[in-house]
Amino acid sequence: MSGYPQVLFKNRHPGVAAFLAEYEASGGYQGLRAALKMTPQKVREAVKAANLRGRGGAGFPTGLKWSFFPADQPGEKYLLANGDEMEPGTYKDHQLLLADPHQLVEGMAIAAYAMQIPHGYVFLRYAYEQCAQNVERAIAEAEAKGYLGPDILGAGFGFELHVHRSAGRYILGEETALINGLEGRRPNPRSKPPFPAQSGLFGKPTNVNNVETFANVPHIFTGGTEWYRSLARTAEGAGTLLVGLSGHLSRTECFELPMGISLREVIEQCGNGVRGGRAFKACLPGGASTPFLTAAQLDTPLDHVHMEQAGSRLGTAGITVFDETTCMVAATLNLARFFARESCGWCTPCRDGLQVVVWLLEEIEGGRGSFELLAMLRDQVKNISGRSFCALAEGAMGPVGSLLTRFGDELEDHIKRGRCPMR
Amino acid sequence: MNDLLPQNRIDEFRAKAATIEHPRELIVDALRAVQSHYGWVPDAGVDLVAELLGVLPVEVEEIATFYDKIYRRPVGKRVIHICDSICCWAAGGEELATHLQRTLGIGFGETTADGVFTLLPTCCLGACGEAPAMMVGLTTYGSLTAAKVDTILAQLRTETGA
Repeated sequence: MSGYPQVLFKNRHPGVAAFLAEYEASGGYQGLRAALKMTPQKVREAVKAANLRGRGGAGFPTGLKWSFFPADQPGEKYLLANGDEMEPGTYKDHQLLLADPHQLVEGMAIAAYAMQIPHGYVFLRYAYEQCAQNVERAIAEAEAKGYLGPDILGAGFGFELHVHRSAGRYILGEETALINGLEGRRPNPRSKPPFPAQSGLFGKPTNVNNVETFANVPHIFTGGTEWYRSLARTAEGAGTLLVGLSGHLSRTECFELPMGISLREVIEQCGNGVRGGRAFKACLPGGASTPFLTAAQLDTPLDHVHMEQAGSRLGTAGITVFDETTCMVAATLNLARFFARESCGWCTPCRDGLQVVVWLLEEIEGGRGSFELLAMLRDQVKNISGRSFCALAEGAMGPVGSLLTRFGDELEDHIKRGRCPMR
Repeated sequence: MNDLLPQNRIDEFRAKAATIEHPRELIVDALRAVQSHYGWVPDAGVDLVAELLGVLPVEVEEIATFYDKIYRRPVGKRVIHICDSICCWAAGGEELATHLQRTLGIGFGETTADGVFTLLPTCCLGACGEAPAMMVGLTTYGSLTAAKVDTILAQLRTETGA
């Protein structure tokens, strides 16, 4: 996209991945060289100062997470890249690894040094086989050049990286489920505490970050923390954001955009507006688990703070747009079915509660609703929120809660007419 | 046993399991290897993986039944996973699924009489910009229309020699 600074996507060409020669020519592995000249603590502090926040959905400050890690503890420790990317509406890690996989490898090498971790895994979902092959090639190239291995660039620090190919299921994106999955255990989430930093993979200290989060890291060390922060348009944001567009837009592609850009600019300039000249009705701003936003919130800047102020979340920045012909009850039903099917079944509010939510939405959408069922739906949201074992059910309530608060009229209209008014 | 996994892969898993501290971390890899060779994972496949890695069959079974891309029942030569998540839904995914069911003459979870295709729904494939999408084997097809699906089905049928 011309006009927006390209950092993570600067080597992106349609259909071709950039490998070592191109990556090095564009400044690749200079970030690792710079970081290795610093102490691990200084590296962690730089990431904190850059205000990098996790790109996997939760938006936790990366430098803070790294500062909690017991870097000085001797023995085995693990670094994991979460490439499970299965949040509907999210395909940016896919695009990133198809374009320029070395950024992940370099970012992980820097992170490993910062936390003094000797072993890492890149966890990739089943559908991303091409990404897995790209990362394997990048790892082999990096090993041959001494960017990975027992003594990285002669700095006396060693880091070894492997790829794990998964076999489906959304829950693996939850970091403790991912850890169980890697261990070859049934991937239910684990209870926290202990947090992975204390007891993660095989009971050892483990740090998990999203693929895009790692890919941001090298640039902090090549461009500096001030430059990195200045890439964002708002003081609250920092860096760029990979924004995957989907739904009823004229152009549904993945763009690298300054954090803090307004939702309106993204939809109008990058998405070329709503398809077929129709009006915008709503969007999921950051994946299937983020509350719907309406046209009234289009001027919200895309950063974690402003999106929360608007009543939603930045999430994964995968924006799914719905035009005026969309029934929001039907859309929410689709989302609820996804979460109910992908529940691991471990805890009751999620396993049973989501099924009840699906049933209630089916009744209302199917013209069999009543105000009693609507009240039950409100109760379910209250009963499930904050009571499940992990964030899956909580996320599932994001769109349902916003359907109740922002599209209450539409729900009532279904009940009063005894049918879906959009069909 | 050899039709479940080629001998060289059996030797490979056995050797690797002997050198690593936690052989169970190879369960998913081994199940995928059996499936890739045999087409799906029968009971004997679960037993083989358990034996190779030195774990109990039930420890393999609880993994095999958790993942939706591990098939514990016979499937056709090509398994079609059609995405039913929100972006594909917004782009006509339901209509496309109906088209597939009608064209193949099967419902979800069923296999065509000639044994070529099995049809399954899947959650988001990470191809949301090219919705609606489906995955066959390890290949994702995007920006689908009924006509495009028909062409793909014809190609796949030719590939399998049916």
